Amino acid sequence: MNADNSACGSLSHINRRTLLKAAGLSGMCWLTPLAERLARATEKQPRGKPAKSVIVLWMQGGPSQFETFDPHPDPGSKIAGGTKWIETAVKGTRIAAGLPLVAEQMESISLVRSVVSKEGDHERATYNVKTGFRPDPTLVHPSLGAIICHQTEGNVEIPRHVSILSGPWPARGGFLGDQFDAFQTYDPIGPVPDITPRVPMPRMAKRLADLDVIESQFARGRIKQLDADKTLHRTSIEAARKMMASEQLKAFDVSKVSDNLKQEFGDSPFGRGCLAAVQLIEVGVRCVEVTLDGWDTHANNHATVAERNKVLDPAFAALIKELKNRKLLQSTIVLWGGEFGRTPLIRGLDGSGRDHWPHGFSVALAGGGIRGGLVIGENSPTPQLEGKNLVEKNVRNPRNVEDIHATVLSALGIDFAQEIETPIGRPMAFSKGKVIPELLSV
Amino acid sequence: MILPRQPENAMWMRNILFLALCVTGLALVGGNLLKRDRVAAPRSQPPGDVAAVVAKIDGEFREFWQKKGFTPAPRADDLAIARRLSLALTGTIPSLEEIRELEKIPANQRSSWWLAHLLEDRRYADYVAERLARAYVGTENGPFIVYRRRRFVTWLADHLEKNRPYDAIVRELIADTGLWNAEPAVNFLTVTARQDEGNRPDEIRLAARTTRAFLGMRIDCLQCHDDRLGTVILGENGVPRGGTQADFHQLAAFFGQARTGLSGIYDDKTKSYQTKYLDTAKEQVVPPKVPFGQEIFDGRGTRREQLARWITHPNNKPFARATVNRVWAILFGRSLVQPVDEIPLLGNYPPALETLADDFIAHNYDLKRLISIIAASEVFQLDSRADFEPTPEHEAASAIFPLTRLRPEQMAGSVIQASSLTTINADAHILSQLAKALQTNQFVQRYGDLGDAEFDDRGGTIPQRLLMMNGELVKERTNQNPIQNAATRIAMVTPKNDRAVETAFLVTLTRRPTAAEQRHFTERLSDREERNRAAAMEDLYWVLLNGTEFSWNH
Repeated sequence: MNADNSACGSLSHINRRTLLKAAGLSGMCWLTPLAERLARATEKQPRGKPAKSVIVLWMQGGPSQFETFDPHPDPGSKIAGGTKWIETAVKGTRIAAGLPLVAEQMESISLVRSVVSKEGDHERATYNVKTGFRPDPTLVHPSLGAIICHQTEGNVEIPRHVSILSGPWPARGGFLGDQFDAFQTYDPIGPVPDITPRVPMPRMAKRLADLDVIESQFARGRIKQLDADKTLHRTSIEAARKMMASEQLKAFDVSKVSDNLKQEFGDSPFGRGCLAAVQLIEVGVRCVEVTLDGWDTHANNHATVAERNKVLDPAFAALIKELKNRKLLQSTIVLWGGEFGRTPLIRGLDGSGRDHWPHGFSVALAGGGIRGGLVIGENSPTPQLEGKNLVEKNVRNPRNVEDIHATVLSALGIDFAQEIETPIGRPMAFSKGKVIPELLSV
Repeated sequence: MILPRQPENAMWMRNILFLALCVTGLALVGGNLLKRDRVAAPRSQPPGDVAAVVAKIDGEFREFWQKKGFTPAPRADDLAIARRLSLALTGTIPSLEEIRELEKIPANQRSSWWLAHLLEDRRYADYVAERLARAYVGTENGPFIVYRRRRFVTWLADHLEKNRPYDAIVRELIADTGLWNAEPAVNFLTVTARQDEGNRPDEIRLAARTTRAFLGMRIDCLQCHDDRLGTVILGENGVPRGGTQADFHQLAAFFGQARTGLSGIYDDKTKSYQTKYLDTAKEQVVPPKVPFGQEIFDGRGTRREQLARWITHPNNKPFARATVNRVWAILFGRSLVQPVDEIPLLGNYPPALETLADDFIAHNYDLKRLISIIAASEVFQLDSRADFEPTPEHEAASAIFPLTRLRPEQMAGSVIQASSLTTINADAHILSQLAKALQTNQFVQRYGDLGDAEFDDRGGTIPQRLLMMNGELVKERTNQNPIQNAATRIAMVTPKNDRAVETAFLVTLTRRPTAAEQRHFTERLSDREERNRAAAMEDLYWVLLNGTEFSWNH
């Protein structure tokens, strides 16, 4: 059974409660998003087959654009601060010297070097980039993965939205409901958290059977259908049991993968996370967020970023290659970014760092029908650093954070401008951005 | 700054915890704390003259139910009431030693004894301060250095403990000056500090926060445009009008002179607040003006002092309503008017709201009194089940006590308390308090914090169930461990199986088992196939912690 069957059938009648109920009755909340029916009528798909899934490579802390994808190779540029650059597989596109393996894959990757936002605090900016909206105290917006799961159907037994090595602010379902929160897990070298019973199966079965004894006592004198109509407690325990027994859990495990392939991704939690992401996408997971933190380089920028790049470079490059090998790149968007960039001048705590800079930073996109090899936007090599209207003065073709969301959602065939009713009855679009047309053109 | 990732964090916590538990264990064994009587009688009774106002709100609800044709549920039993009060005011469930003390009190005095006991406990101040802080400053980490959330919550807790009049607390929040660590109230402003603008507090965020937290009104939409949907109604003397963009920005202008300097937050009278309205081309200076109730605005002091005095003026009823609605929500898990911060300025109010607001103003904004009145009311003491078949409409009309999901920290607090026979309060060993704090953080991180949208019905997810079924906290707090865990201790010190079952129910669910439960689980304990009683007890604990009853306030 799925949400469509058990909902009342009329879109205008669907509210949060029916939604929850529908999701609950169907057994596994994350398997049963409301899908197509919520106003798909106006949707326009860009072209060809839309992408199915997204892998977000989340650089927590705010990666320096200069030492990654926007190295400013001009001789005499003050802002590079001595950063070295290399040529890539795409003629004329240069990236930082720390990413030689990614450079080889640049034909599949496009860069937006002119992303701008108004949030310079880690927590608020993380929210901004993950949801495409600025924090709003009356509403929590859903992140990209939650929207995708809400807008598509799937028949996997494991969560369709996963966050590997989640930082302090993992992707959330927001007003779509907590069932769309990313399932958080750690380094795939270890077991998936909370999935293994602490006692042998026969004893576990006895425990679960005993639960019925107290549940039936608790239900006395309360509303009919207490579980289905209100608590969803046993319903979610049932779904949890199904997940605990699922074969698909193996997709989280990279220990059986050949050593060669593991080596290619790099011997790091992030590398293993990217490898697990490929396996998860393969079994039908819709969005995997893999976090690499440590980019908050207020001090010692060059050395810190160089060390981060050693982890990022093999993992990102191998991810693109492996998705290609498994014929998944065409249907999977890879999105690389962090909450903001870093200041053009080297300064910071000890004179060797870069501080927060939301006025022009880089995001990389690949796969899922996104055109590769492009560079969108540019930052002035001699930027103005203080005062008002920094973006107008320094950035050519600036793109707001929400434009990235609009572009990705559009590539997924999701009508991002459709308005969804939030629990408090406020109509809200999935993104208020504008598609970046170059990225979607064939 | 970014926090270290979970695994490292978790490892550290485990190490500290392990040491802590060893020491706690020794202390427990050495001190033989169980034999000492640690539940002191409350020093005072709760405010005594509440009977009249309680009778008044009881009457209002009776009339309301009668009009709707509902019969209210019967009164809940003393232990059920004690459990919900304890969860609301301390974030955890009663301990066995507390239950035993409570049961020694004559039946007609139990409710008031229990309430006085909780209100004197430092856990009340700490927990309610944290809940209120969410409305004032949210849960974000905030700007580095200039924002000290812990300091802020402790300051608030100190004032709640002393029961300082609430209007005075709020005036200090809005208008205080100084450094974030010496004058913790200013963190209300510095949480919005804009680091790229010399840590200047953000007027827009402060205006939105102030109206929601202290006036129970959402005027956020007016930031960008006039009210178009008839959702933001303001007005004077009972005459409604739609809110305008100017209303929002004139309110924001009260924060427009706040600046951050070397000595902290101060007001620079030479500064002005500017904004660009929707239909105008240029930025303009916006003078401060309150959105309603002009007649009680006195214009004395700094702009922030003017605003603070206007908000807390005895004739500014929305302030009292907002507070009543929030305290109600903390006690019931659900606000009287929903959402908690969207109370109409002019309008029909549910039973009790106006009476409680008037009493709150008349009694000098006494929070403990407000809590005592609500706790003593019939509507709070109703059972969450009935001898007829209740409907969702009964619950909506408060004719039955509402079932609400426990919050993540209430879940963690309850699991931890259920693993101890004694109370884990400020008198408990420092290491057991430390262990509680660490394990609670770890649990909440995975269970999912509700942030400041804390009265939304969220949660009930599969990862939450997995965490309770297979997670670290439940394992560590229920497995066989004669020093740390109540499950094992009960198995050791209670030779009779039926007594052991009863004790486990009391410690986890704050009630005795029904006959059917007693029979079933006593048999389980006597089952000769079981390896030992301690393992059977661990299983019983797992069952009790994983049922709906444990996860819901009822």
